[in-house]
Amino acid sequence: MSQNKIKFDKKIVLSFWIILIALIIAAPTLLPVFRLNLLGRYLSLSIVALGVDLIWGYTGLLSLGQGIFFALGGYCAAMYLQINSSSEFPNNIPEFFALYGVEKLPFFWEPFKSPYFTFFAIWIIPALIAGLIGFLVFRNRIKGVYFSILTQASLLVFFNFFNGQQKLINGTNGLKTDVTLLFGQMVGSESIQRLFFWLTSILVIAAWFFAKWVVKGRFGNILIGIRDDEPRVRFTGYNPVIFKTIIFSIAGGLAGISGALYTVQSGIVSPQFMTVPFSIEMVIWVAVGGRGTLLGAILGAVFINYAKSLVSEALPASWMFIQGGLFILVVTALPEGVLGWIQGDGPRNILQRFGLKRKIETYPSLEINNKEQNHE
Amino acid sequence: MNNKDLLNLIDITVSFEGFLALNKLNLKLKKGELRAVIGPNGAGKTTFLDVITGKVKPTKGEVIFKGKSLVGRKEHKIARLGVGRKFQSPRIFENLTVKENLELSVSTPKSPLNLINKNIQDKQIEEIDHLMNIVNLGQKENSKAGSLSHGQKQWLEIAMLVGQKPDLMLVDEPVAGLTDEETDLTADLLKSLSGENTVVVIDHDMEFIRRLDSNVSVLNQGTVLCEGTMETIQKDKKVIDVYLGRPED
Repeated sequence: MSQNKIKFDKKIVLSFWIILIALIIAAPTLLPVFRLNLLGRYLSLSIVALGVDLIWGYTGLLSLGQGIFFALGGYCAAMYLQINSSSEFPNNIPEFFALYGVEKLPFFWEPFKSPYFTFFAIWIIPALIAGLIGFLVFRNRIKGVYFSILTQASLLVFFNFFNGQQKLINGTNGLKTDVTLLFGQMVGSESIQRLFFWLTSILVIAAWFFAKWVVKGRFGNILIGIRDDEPRVRFTGYNPVIFKTIIFSIAGGLAGISGALYTVQSGIVSPQFMTVPFSIEMVIWVAVGGRGTLLGAILGAVFINYAKSLVSEALPASWMFIQGGLFILVVTALPEGVLGWIQGDGPRNILQRFGLKRKIETYPSLEINNKEQNHE
Repeated sequence: MNNKDLLNLIDITVSFEGFLALNKLNLKLKKGELRAVIGPNGAGKTTFLDVITGKVKPTKGEVIFKGKSLVGRKEHKIARLGVGRKFQSPRIFENLTVKENLELSVSTPKSPLNLINKNIQDKQIEEIDHLMNIVNLGQKENSKAGSLSHGQKQWLEIAMLVGQKPDLMLVDEPVAGLTDEETDLTADLLKSLSGENTVVVIDHDMEFIRRLDSNVSVLNQGTVLCEGTMETIQKDKKVIDVYLGRPED
């Protein structure tokens, strides 16, 4: 209903979704297992990208630390899988503990024996931690570039901590999931991986609808208000701290789900999920896809990552240059991202240049909007 | 304390690293009053609003609004108590439509749960339509606020202010950049709002202030120089010296 840039061309949205759903249905039969697995991973990354779009595209909070919440979700899933597949190892605890001479399961592993606890932990733990970090930061009115630096610093703290904890979570080696068991089968097996592909696809769509629900109406408008003029929001009687904390927490929860799905499909979770470049890449997916469009975040995450794997296979080591170039191109030529450009005046301008569309002679708001009003 | 006073500023001093933006300022406002505040540049007019709305904490002094102290309260709490503010340059949410802007101002309670869970009340939709008619923006309800003309933005912000239903409206230079006709309409609008609401208008434009036909407080160097009707202050020697005596800007 909003009449601004977020206005979607209905046909474009519909066709994208038809293509996407057709792809999801057809993928397991069309793609070789290896490719299917890659697609599943990239789809799971699009969930963390949705969160980045909510906090950055809508609310203007550029977080460079989403890797924290992504990794936490991954660790929750991996701990559940490891602990429930460790019956033949010494002391009935995961194998790696024996390497460091640990005989008793650390206390925080205990609840992960329960699938129910794990189900909730995957998204609630990251959401709570995001909420806590967010509340402390926002309450002190830290924003803009200071917020970005702070989130990146938190990321490094988590990265270093997880790296050093061999006796608790196998440190830098991470936790493997592909040789663990789920429903009596290896998680890395083809049938379980296919299952995860479906689950991921459903959750991506669910997350997209959820994010759409969050930003529709007045709640979403307050987020945009906070992005554009936070003091004005305060003087209107709203407390931006609460709104920012909620949306940051939601993005954290989405990152957790994303991380768990990514972990079970890539076979391992490790502190590598919390490296600085990876969290910055998440921002690039959203920037390229289109900030504040939600769909752009999904498409950005999937297409950039797919391109990454294709390019890396053909021309190893060249991907970083291509990704950097893509980012520079978007920042300079398409500041609204690809989808933002399509929804905006981009295609019209191109068509005009080739004489395929009439030039606008006065202000676009007069000519285009009047036409729309007449249709109504 | 007199119950009729809606707002009472007592000995407000604001010091920015030694510079006294406000110096023992005292000011009382009665309920339903329309008050104009004028003063030369740097007299502390905007700081005076910042203190009331909680943006700046006074170094010394007390702000009493409806019998409660406002000092140390957060901006959004003060806004919820019933203090609304219109900024010097129009500050509206440019990426939202006119209607969405007004929705945010009339919505109560202003909690996240209310906003995400419930639809806007019918009563509030009527109020938005009413407000849009008052400020002549009915045709523009679905246009982005950023596409409005300067005058329309000023009016939208005034409508947003009214929509908040504040007991006290603080209006900072509402006619800056408006045409003569728009200025007259704005003056009439503000006059019609007083009575039910208490309105403080800050401005340079003498014609506009004259048209408001209200009590005037003259600020100079962070303190109230003189108070009274336009005629009284125009005759005041001190005021002529610091302000009116200059060529009009």
